[in-house]
Amino acid sequence: MRTVLTIGRNLAVLGYVLFALFPLYWLLKIAVTPDRLIYTEGTALWPTTFTFDNFRTVIFYSDFMVFFSNSVIVSLCSAALATLIAAAAGYSFSRFRFRGKSIIVVLMLVTQMFPLLMIITPIYKIVATLGLLNTLTSLIVVYTAFNIPFATFLMQSFFDGIPKDLDEAAMMDGCTRLQALRKVILPLTLPGLAATLGFVFTAAWSELLFALMLINSNDSMTFPVGLLTFVSKFSVDWGQMMAAGVLALLPSCLFFVFIQRYLVQGLTAGAVKG
Amino acid sequence: MARIDIVDLCKRFGNIEVISNVNLSFEEGEFIVLVGPSGCGKSTLLRMIAGLESITKGDIIMNDQRVNDLPPRDRNIAMVFQSYALYPHMNVERNMGFSMEIKRTPPDTRRQHVDKAAAILGLGSLMERLPKALSGGQRQRVAMGRAIVRDPSAFLFDEPLSNLDAALRVEMRLEIARLHQRLGSTMVYVTHDQVEALTLADRIVVLDHGVVQQVGTPMELYESPANRFVARFIGSPTMNLIEVAMEDQQLTMKSTHSAIPLPALVGAESATQLGIRPEHLEPMPAGKGHVQGEVEVVERLGSDSFVYVQVPGAGRLLSRCNGNTRLQAGEAVGLSLDPAHLHLFDEKGQALR
Ligand SMILES: Nc1ncnc2c1ncn2[C@@H]1O[C@H](COP(=O)(O)OP(=O)(O)O)[C@@H](O)[C@H]1O
Ligand SMILES: [Mg+2]
Repeated sequence: MRTVLTIGRNLAVLGYVLFALFPLYWLLKIAVTPDRLIYTEGTALWPTTFTFDNFRTVIFYSDFMVFFSNSVIVSLCSAALATLIAAAAGYSFSRFRFRGKSIIVVLMLVTQMFPLLMIITPIYKIVATLGLLNTLTSLIVVYTAFNIPFATFLMQSFFDGIPKDLDEAAMMDGCTRLQALRKVILPLTLPGLAATLGFVFTAAWSELLFALMLINSNDSMTFPVGLLTFVSKFSVDWGQMMAAGVLALLPSCLFFVFIQRYLVQGLTAGAVKG
Repeated sequence: MARIDIVDLCKRFGNIEVISNVNLSFEEGEFIVLVGPSGCGKSTLLRMIAGLESITKGDIIMNDQRVNDLPPRDRNIAMVFQSYALYPHMNVERNMGFSMEIKRTPPDTRRQHVDKAAAILGLGSLMERLPKALSGGQRQRVAMGRAIVRDPSAFLFDEPLSNLDAALRVEMRLEIARLHQRLGSTMVYVTHDQVEALTLADRIVVLDHGVVQQVGTPMELYESPANRFVARFIGSPTMNLIEVAMEDQQLTMKSTHSAIPLPALVGAESATQLGIRPEHLEPMPAGKGHVQGEVEVVERLGSDSFVYVQVPGAGRLLSRCNGNTRLQAGEAVGLSLDPAHLHLFDEKGQALR
């Protein structure tokens, strides 16, 4: 009975993994398929010959590198800013009681309730008035703002997981509250910080709607918008588009490889009994 | 070392008064135990002394200096938490030396202090370990070591032993007693366990609902509790209580009106309850003694026996007697009350003598 269950579970997991990874596989497959074979061998699992021409073209003969570096700048800045602010807010939510706390929490929840489409016009208006259209700054500000609520709750839950006794022990040991935060609490929150960074980074990396509305010069386009330039009036350059897509996956993957060691649980084990 | 005076101290959380008008003085080098049932405000009082909890009203004075507004780090007090609160990302050595790290003490000096404390507690071989690789008892020692390294003017302990198993608890209790003898520092120790209180304390403070019930040495509390609460809380097994009334100059059991033929007692006129500890209640052959009943259960502990006796009008009374008593359940038995160790309580539960 148990083996049947185990096999069943493994099959289910396998099915899910295949389902989730297949589009990625297809992305890679089209990217390495020579243009002339795209339609003739459309449904084959692997092309008879393969090529890196699409990658070469994308990297050296398109604006891809510009989009790419724009995206890196925007995503990194948004992730860093949002995480910094969320960490501060999450810490205060977790540790202090103050007037207006519940109002702030409700307001932050409210911002998460509306479809972004509804507020895109006012945002455009604000950004335009500030003269920030077509700048990366506008995207950084917008992404940071829209990611802060969720990131804050995320950080708060990580801080909540760290016993208050530790702050207090550190303060008894001679720390100011800030020292206690820096030397004892923050090191224990690294997994939380990593998770939050990763979350905001990926959200910013793949955001299309605002990027589309606020940017229309090639110089400041981020990657998702840039991808659309591979769609011309009369044709879609599938091979190049997919090659660009594959390249776009790399930073996300690298980022997660980099932070995954902080994501491991159990860093707080041993603080308290048990 | 510190002398600590607590003057008219109050603490409110919202509208709930958790500490009411507490006045206490702890002498230099004294071992004080704050004891009381769960939720009576012991931790809150301790945390106010530590500076971790704000003071609603009143003063805390250490060595003639009012410390109400001093942050914890300026009070030179060390605290051992119930959860130990070790820093999980630091090894034992760094945990213990953390306070000196904050003060930027040179590593050599730091090392010396940590080694000394580790030697006192027998932690020498564990210095490189992280807290998660330590047993409960070892964590407890590290938490104490962290306090010792500080060389504070007072130690505060908040139920430090309650997470340990029974055997380890006895061992660590002894360790704490030795530590006090060795360091001679003022120590304030919170527990809900009256055995810990009796064994460790120079003086015990009994708290209930944030009000000090009595302050005294263990024997004072044991022999002359100020009220029914203290009488029942201190001593194990707890004191027997019998509802009584005064009828015709004679103490009688309230429900059956049968007389308890005791010599005249001071203040007996207003007594409503009579208290007697199990060890002062001696089984006698049936017909003898002050009250008569029937043995319900005999618990044999080897050194002692606990004899539960059902007495009409008084309910179940517990007598603690010799380990080799021959009494059997169902037997008729008399009980003799030792007149020198009687406690009388009035309607409000105040002791009458
Ligand atoms: N931060 C707080 N906010 C509100 N009530 C509290 C707080 N801390 C403690 N209390 C209340 O104060 C009372 C005493 O708590 P505590 O001092 O922890 O008791 P003890 O340590 O004696 O078990 C309890 O009723 C508890 O619920
Ligand atoms: Mg407590």
